[in-house]
Amino acid sequence: MNTHKPILHALEASDPQLTESLVDHAISRRSALMKGAGASASLGMAMRLGSVPVALAAFASDAFGQSRLPAVVNNVLNFALVLEYLESQFYIRGVASGVVPPADMEIFTTIRDHEIAHVAYLRDALGPRARPSPTFDFTAGNGSNNGPYADVFTNYATFKAVAQAFEDTGVRAYKGQAPALQSYSNKAILTAALTIHSVEARHASEIRRLRGDFTDTEPFYEGWITESRNNIPGADAVYAGEDNVVHLGINVPSITPVSSKEITEAFDEPLTQAQVLAIVDPFIV
Amino acid sequence: MNSSQEPSSENLTSGPGGRREFLRAAGLAGLALSVGTGLSACSEGGNSLVAPSLTARRAIVNGNNITLDFSMDIDVLNYAYALEQLEAAFYINVVTNASFGAIFSANEQRILNDLRDHEVVHRDFFKAALGTAAIPGLTPNFSSITFSDRMSVLSTAQTFEDLGVAAYNGAAQYIKRQDYLTVAGKIVSVEARHAAAIRGVLNGNRTGSFAPQAFDPALPPPQVLSSASSFIMQSITAINT
Repeated sequence: MNTHKPILHALEASDPQLTESLVDHAISRRSALMKGAGASASLGMAMRLGSVPVALAAFASDAFGQSRLPAVVNNVLNFALVLEYLESQFYIRGVASGVVPPADMEIFTTIRDHEIAHVAYLRDALGPRARPSPTFDFTAGNGSNNGPYADVFTNYATFKAVAQAFEDTGVRAYKGQAPALQSYSNKAILTAALTIHSVEARHASEIRRLRGDFTDTEPFYEGWITESRNNIPGADAVYAGEDNVVHLGINVPSITPVSSKEITEAFDEPLTQAQVLAIVDPFIV
Repeated sequence: MNSSQEPSSENLTSGPGGRREFLRAAGLAGLALSVGTGLSACSEGGNSLVAPSLTARRAIVNGNNITLDFSMDIDVLNYAYALEQLEAAFYINVVTNASFGAIFSANEQRILNDLRDHEVVHRDFFKAALGTAAIPGLTPNFSSITFSDRMSVLSTAQTFEDLGVAAYNGAAQYIKRQDYLTVAGKIVSVEARHAAAIRGVLNGNRTGSFAPQAFDPALPPPQVLSSASSFIMQSITAINT
């Protein structure tokens, strides 16, 4: 971790004022206590996983020369960090809860470890500006622990459904932030975010297929999203707009013989921060 | 989860009918040229459809030598177009091979047919978006692949999908326009979904194979083109990367 120390110093010396953001608004009214279990597991796992992609190393060395990260980058990384806290703690609890059958355990420990590594990376990149984890209610009950997914850690079907919703949301969330990161001259951080974005898509594909017991069936149990179809109660906002077939102003059905249904599968759609935060709000205490 | 409005994406890609997008697309895209591209195997040949002198903002095509200038967004899109041509041609060969029904289960056939559809969509989309600035249709060289052999097909599919993900991840840093970056993002995550599915089929669905790393690779264009070169008759060179 020595390689990261100069970055921390550089950030500590910079202007500590945090920009107001949608994330701040969404989280500040919540309890902002770090979840002890999640945080310590996070650091330990990061040490064990060890490897940091080349792009991230490039970011780190460049960050050393910066007096501070631009506010827009801090904002995006803290937004992503909230989602990664959510996912990592969800899988840590899920794996420990006994809800996952042994045959499927490798799937979820793999995803868990990835999300923990994402948290560790974002916290390293943000240094002292990293926000603490909110407290989560994975039943989507806003802290009642008796929300619509009340059996999330005792009913495997519910657990998988919530996992799918989180992963497909994560893909859309990172995608929506790419233009904001594009505006920062150090493109390594954009690249780093994209290398997480595509891993979230891999997770989503796996969980969608798992929900169909790996009998790939349209529209719910293929690795990709057909139109804006889903069979997860309360998850319509996660898939809203996925039926778009116009890209760069081109009405794609007019320029290819492939059917519109498959065209919608071929493109994933972004979500704004506000849209994502509305989706995850019930999960935040 | 709350119900919500459809993505507004106001700072990203404008939706259908956005005036600026429409005007831009009208200028950029040669839609008529792309109609009826069809599902036929990619065999448009290496003949140059675009004379380099017609516009400065397009790939340099000299016979079978194509030079992509990564300082121009158009050529980053051409890079994507080249890779999507390769993938589409590959899956067309896979699903039209006489052995397809015999060597793959019904479930695997559904997956591979979907991948064919998606890659054809991507190919046709980039062709339409690039219009007259598009590089020519590439001639695939699949001599190293045995399309009647299940393992040969699946392992090549895994290579192509993982390479596609790494290629988009590595090319994003060169893109200047927000809407181009967003559309690349819309496609790369679908390539990642493909990669996960193919990896599951090939290596075991209930393993960690679907995502071998917490961070996917982001490969520089020259490295990607080097990996792809044996599958393409034309020679494609990246400059200003």
